[in-house]
Amino acid sequence: MAVKRTDPMVYQPGMEIITSDILDKVLKNVDNYDYSKVSAREVEEALKKDHLSMGDYGALLSPAATPYLEEMAKKAIIETRRHFGNSIGLFTPLYIANYCENNCVYCGFNCKNKIRRGKLSLVEMERELEAIAKTGLTELLILTGESRHHSGVEYIGAAVKLAAEYFSTVGIEIYPLNADEYAYLKKCGADFVSVYQETYNLDKYQQVHLSGPKRVFPYRFDAQERALMGGLRGVSFGALLGLGDFRKDAFATGVHAYFIQQKYPHAEIGFSTPRLRPFINNADNNPNDVHEKQLLQVMLAYRLLMPFAGITISTRERAGFRDHVIGMVATKISAGVRVGVGGHEQEEKGDEQFVISDPRSVTEVHQMILNRGLQPVYRDYIRV
Amino acid sequence: MTDQLVIGGHPFNSRFILGSGKFSLEIVKAVVENGGAEMVTLALRRANRGGEENILDYIPKHITLLPNTSGARTAEEAVKIARLAREINCGNFVKVEVIRDSKYLFPDNYETIKATEILAKDGFVVMPYMYPDLNVARDLVSAGAAAVMPLAAPIGSNKGLSTRDFIEILVNEIAVPIIVDAGIGRPSQACEAMEMGIDAVMCNTAVATAKNIPLMARAFGLAIESGRNAYLAGLGRVLTEAEASSPLTGFLED
Amino acid sequence: MRVNGKEMTLGNNQSLLQFLQSNQFDVTTLAVARNGEIVPKATYDVVMLGEEDTLEVVRFVGGG
Repeated sequence: MAVKRTDPMVYQPGMEIITSDILDKVLKNVDNYDYSKVSAREVEEALKKDHLSMGDYGALLSPAATPYLEEMAKKAIIETRRHFGNSIGLFTPLYIANYCENNCVYCGFNCKNKIRRGKLSLVEMERELEAIAKTGLTELLILTGESRHHSGVEYIGAAVKLAAEYFSTVGIEIYPLNADEYAYLKKCGADFVSVYQETYNLDKYQQVHLSGPKRVFPYRFDAQERALMGGLRGVSFGALLGLGDFRKDAFATGVHAYFIQQKYPHAEIGFSTPRLRPFINNADNNPNDVHEKQLLQVMLAYRLLMPFAGITISTRERAGFRDHVIGMVATKISAGVRVGVGGHEQEEKGDEQFVISDPRSVTEVHQMILNRGLQPVYRDYIRV
Repeated sequence: MTDQLVIGGHPFNSRFILGSGKFSLEIVKAVVENGGAEMVTLALRRANRGGEENILDYIPKHITLLPNTSGARTAEEAVKIARLAREINCGNFVKVEVIRDSKYLFPDNYETIKATEILAKDGFVVMPYMYPDLNVARDLVSAGAAAVMPLAAPIGSNKGLSTRDFIEILVNEIAVPIIVDAGIGRPSQACEAMEMGIDAVMCNTAVATAKNIPLMARAFGLAIESGRNAYLAGLGRVLTEAEASSPLTGFLED
Repeated sequence: MRVNGKEMTLGNNQSLLQFLQSNQFDVTTLAVARNGEIVPKATYDVVMLGEEDTLEVVRFVGGG
């Protein structure tokens, strides 16, 4: 018997609805994007421009651009250096709780998964923060699963307040909130918000987000805008590449960030590129597989579309890949990473969200950055 | 598919806007007809008793009149001039020009924003003349401007696109038509402006000081049309240097 | 009365319209501000002028 699922376009109680035309504009642009029709000539045209149109951006994400990766990389390096010099920012994530109410088929924290759930008390958090701060890091990313019951806004606010005593930049990658809740977290000391739409294709979205607040597509989509309305300094975007059609999702991600930046010109924009790795030894060459080549293509396209946006490279990728993309296209790298709850100072209190491919410590990553002729940067801001 | 310029809901087929200062009355008509302009600026001055020539008699009836607030040094003065101009009963377009620097004649961006807001609320189609500044352009759009008119170079200097890079930024970031005003000296400069994606060009001195005024007007009209076509057609690739070959992407696996 | 910066005697009681016409101003090409306030054209025939009034009478010329 089929389970009756709720309509993903219908808001759940308590979810703020804002009047914004950005969702429609993005979906309209994505509908018009047909990457199979892009020619090599259009890719070449795009590569000679300083300012990309939506069409140029789509061309760079198409299969026709695959032979031009080297040229894209050359251009990206120039843009990255122009806007970021040779600085690479360092940070680490801290999962403070992994309770979750969402049923997302691809995620380790799925509410249906029987994993060890945990959440840090303030005392435990303080021990983690001290340990992380000792490594020299001054930027922290706080994460939770989606559970207002176990990790509500006040709990997160308390965590942010505490973190702000140790770190000059505090980011939050938590469930989408209403604008006034974001404003509250800003007051507590949060600087930026990261929300991944996972996929911008509604059909796919509702296939993989079966229940829970995350089922609601537009509420998640408008999170960055509500965060900016709440006064946060910056917002980050990303799709889970490989979940749906990665080219269309990357296109949507870029367009989404572009329109938000145009509407909120003061906002700092960031991109992340989490990907679902293709199964190794997979017999059929699925055009939707995101191999390293495609992952790099997406990152380069983000860079060329918005040369001033930060791009983060996570530890889902192997060390060799990370080492080569920093300075070329990525501007921020994580180090000394644990993706279970806590785990920096004490034993992990809850199970992990994904498998880390690069376990290097802050010192090791710092040295790697220097070896590549780049400059490790810990602090971009001073908290006053 | 037509490529009309739409300002405040009004469509125009020509992207050549004529400034009428520095012309004798008889020439104005010839210039409008030869250049194909569909919008002409006018200033407001004291009328004299007794019969005197009326410039409106020299401007074809289908042309949109664009009174300008020249003489205003503050937003308040600009608003007053705009309202007087509207009272003459020739439409509700206005070019806001607020200048309080008599050496360079640069517009005062902040007074311009203030005047734009008041006049837009009062139902005018406001076209503000401004010094190219992206933040100010955004404020003008929020204030209700129907277009934004950045200067290319000081008025009358005929220097061309001195502010090219900054105008290009406006073209990329601002949703309303961008109309280059002031400083265009040659048809080739007007053409170049249009190739960049600018929506229309205004000129005055360049035409008025030519040896053959109606012919120069024609040259400008054609140049503006050419530049627009080039922009729509999409410019070709220019290779500037030989390409190196060491691979940045050699590290990819999987 | 001051008109466009010049002193003038008003003479007998008259409306703005009468004043403009008797001084050969072409009303259709003008706008008038009286004591700093713009006079709506439709009311020219009922606005009565006084000796203390200051008028600015303006028209379009080439410019801008």
